[in-house]
Amino acid sequence: MGELKLMKGNEAIAEAAIRAGVDAYFGYPITPQSEVIEYLSSQKPEERTGMVLLQAESEVASINMVYGAAGSGKKVMTTSSSPGISLMQEGLSYIAGAELPCVVANVVRGGPGLGTIQPSQADYFQATKGGGHGDYKLIVLAPASVQEMADFIPLAFDLAFKYRNPALILSDGMIGQMMEKVELFDQVPRRTEEEIKKTCPWATTGKPKTRERNIITSLYLDPGTQEQHNYKLQKKYRKMEEDEIRYEKIECDDAEYLFVAYGSSARIAQKAIQLGRKKGMKIGLLRPITLYPFPVPQIREMIPRLKGILSVEMSAGQMIEDVRLAVGDKIPAEHFGRLGGIIHSPTEILEALEQKIIGG
Amino acid sequence: MTEEIIIAGFGGQGVLSMGKILAYSGIMQDQEVSWMPSYGPEMRGGTANVTVILSDERISSPILTEYDTAIILNQQSMDKFEEAVKPGGTLIYDGNGISRHPERKDINIYRIDAADEASSMGLSKIFNMIVLGGYLKVKPLVNLKNVSLGLKKSLPERYHHMLPDNEKAIKRGLEIIQPVHTLD
Amino acid sequence: MRDEMLKDIISEENLVYKKTDLMTDNVLSYCPGCGHGTAHRIIMEVVDEMGLQEETIGIAPVGCSVLAYEFMNIDMQQAAHGRAPALATGIKKTWPEKFVFTYQGDGDLAAIGTAETLHACNRGENILIVFINNGIYGMTGGQMAPTTLSGMKTSTTPFGRDTALMGNPLKITELVAELPGTQFVTRQAVHTPAAVRKAKKAIKKSIELQRSGNSGTTFVEIVSNCNSGWKLPPVQANKWMVENMFPFYPLGDIKVNGELVK
Repeated sequence: MGELKLMKGNEAIAEAAIRAGVDAYFGYPITPQSEVIEYLSSQKPEERTGMVLLQAESEVASINMVYGAAGSGKKVMTTSSSPGISLMQEGLSYIAGAELPCVVANVVRGGPGLGTIQPSQADYFQATKGGGHGDYKLIVLAPASVQEMADFIPLAFDLAFKYRNPALILSDGMIGQMMEKVELFDQVPRRTEEEIKKTCPWATTGKPKTRERNIITSLYLDPGTQEQHNYKLQKKYRKMEEDEIRYEKIECDDAEYLFVAYGSSARIAQKAIQLGRKKGMKIGLLRPITLYPFPVPQIREMIPRLKGILSVEMSAGQMIEDVRLAVGDKIPAEHFGRLGGIIHSPTEILEALEQKIIGG
Repeated sequence: MTEEIIIAGFGGQGVLSMGKILAYSGIMQDQEVSWMPSYGPEMRGGTANVTVILSDERISSPILTEYDTAIILNQQSMDKFEEAVKPGGTLIYDGNGISRHPERKDINIYRIDAADEASSMGLSKIFNMIVLGGYLKVKPLVNLKNVSLGLKKSLPERYHHMLPDNEKAIKRGLEIIQPVHTLD
Repeated sequence: MRDEMLKDIISEENLVYKKTDLMTDNVLSYCPGCGHGTAHRIIMEVVDEMGLQEETIGIAPVGCSVLAYEFMNIDMQQAAHGRAPALATGIKKTWPEKFVFTYQGDGDLAAIGTAETLHACNRGENILIVFINNGIYGMTGGQMAPTTLSGMKTSTTPFGRDTALMGNPLKITELVAELPGTQFVTRQAVHTPAAVRKAKKAIKKSIELQRSGNSGTTFVEIVSNCNSGWKLPPVQANKWMVENMFPFYPLGDIKVNGELVK
């Protein structure tokens, strides 16, 4: 058993980054995730593993420092919260276009605009539909506990390097700020320069006479070539949809009604299930762990046994679109969620199920 | 066993750290724990509260609207959380600065004058540990050995010289908490 | 007949000049008379002469030199508009033994990328920044740049740059020289053989400083022409540059060994 600690979600991200053998973290403070860079700063990662830590002048700079280091084969990451993630969209589009692996965590707060520093899940569209310009996708993981905040760092890097694609960890102020028990995995050594050159033959590590020069770019001026590049990206996304869907089912065996909820909302929905089952309601939860790729087949497979679905998200209704794409008009599927940084309570979720689905 | 607790008071009263020590103590006793603070501008001088859950099972929502126990350390929190205690639950409060005392008859109510006690001990900083001691008297869900371990884990090493004072304060809290109204 | 003549001309004993292997055989995408090709060549010559091909990672900007990686035979990354110094920071911080440089135009470096430029220089990132200043946006068709001279006509200042409305031409090189993070800051040109030799020396000095230890950013501005954007034939463009650009952007070292040149 690994080391047990009581940690904030933000701290767990930071500690996991050091332990996962990350080469560099570039970031800019923003509430509610500043503990990530503060914790890293307190840990002297340069001494612990040789990991580079730099507070950049902006989120625009952070994500482009990530681009540079990722293009050179390094394991590199940044974190931010909603307004900062908006600033990173340009960089993320370039990184996706240039097919570079990296990890970004968004500890979501309420918007739009400066919004609020309270938790929200209203960045779902931005996270799962690309976010910046052009046809691309990020691999999106949604942790629902502090343990998963830690565990998803190495998982996100594995997926990012497997597909040469940026991976996004989509959490929120609640998961970032809460403390829970975490079992920390053991230190993974950082890769040596030789290992990087071997495992990332595409990276700009300096051109030896023995190979052609490596170029990291997302520019293909010839539309035909650009189209082929886009097809290549799309093929990669289809492969992710086949192989990388992750989800958790809770109390689904006898369920007549289903909550679909991720992250914080999934936790609150579990409490609502406990309350509902006390009243004799047969409710289950499907918790998407990957938001992209979204567990479409898993939801479809459950439809014949269900009377209705409530998609629960702290937003005006974003994930519901993906749920409805999966369900069609076969059974009722509705959205419930509080907005602007207000966290819905288990009772509110249960009432919404009763009003919108059972009574509806 | 699942114990859902809200601890609420002023920022600076050690509300968050008390919750953290309790949560760490739970870990030492092999429990599942969660600690969810209110956060934001209200942290600076305003009210602060934290929800702590101790359980033998996987914890669902870390945010709740009703609690098994409310530990209340100022009037605003009394106004906000008295009604949030589950029927049959427990309310513990410090009488210092309370103008309207709790009125419910369907819950257990205890009073601990920890602020006065801390200042007479000359240890105002460990006020929150006196409160924690009082809580542990009423709800002995974590044994004192594990509380000591949790305390040690929570405090940065540079404060470890203060461990004996903290333990003294917890013990004092066990002694001075008084029932106001109990159901049995 | 012609082929035989060519063969004779390029035979070993007749060679007086040979392109460095660090320039690829791709045909340059620059307009005839443009300074970019020369600037590319002297950087690659120095990297070649110093035996640094395997140690070098370059960053191409957005602008006319967006395709610099097609011409420089080294590992390169292409940055978003203005972000090259951030990419260079990411690379250099994680590969501290490598020589890392950016190659940027005036819009890239001194407008959209001002923050990245100033902060990289202020941190004293151990990178070389090569700054091509021709006072105009070449690639997008001749619009105003931050360095466009007062009164100068461009497609977005067809009646001349009105500084009351559009601000003054930005001397960003003097600005970065003020920052403690820069160790060597110089302004050069590539319009005559003598200027090319001096510019190459400045590039060489910069790279030597980068290789000799971590003592801060080196910054080489090259004042160049844009005959297409300026709507002048190459020779006249160079003449215009000497008469108009040089008085405002005087050539020479601005900071040496971390000290401003008086």
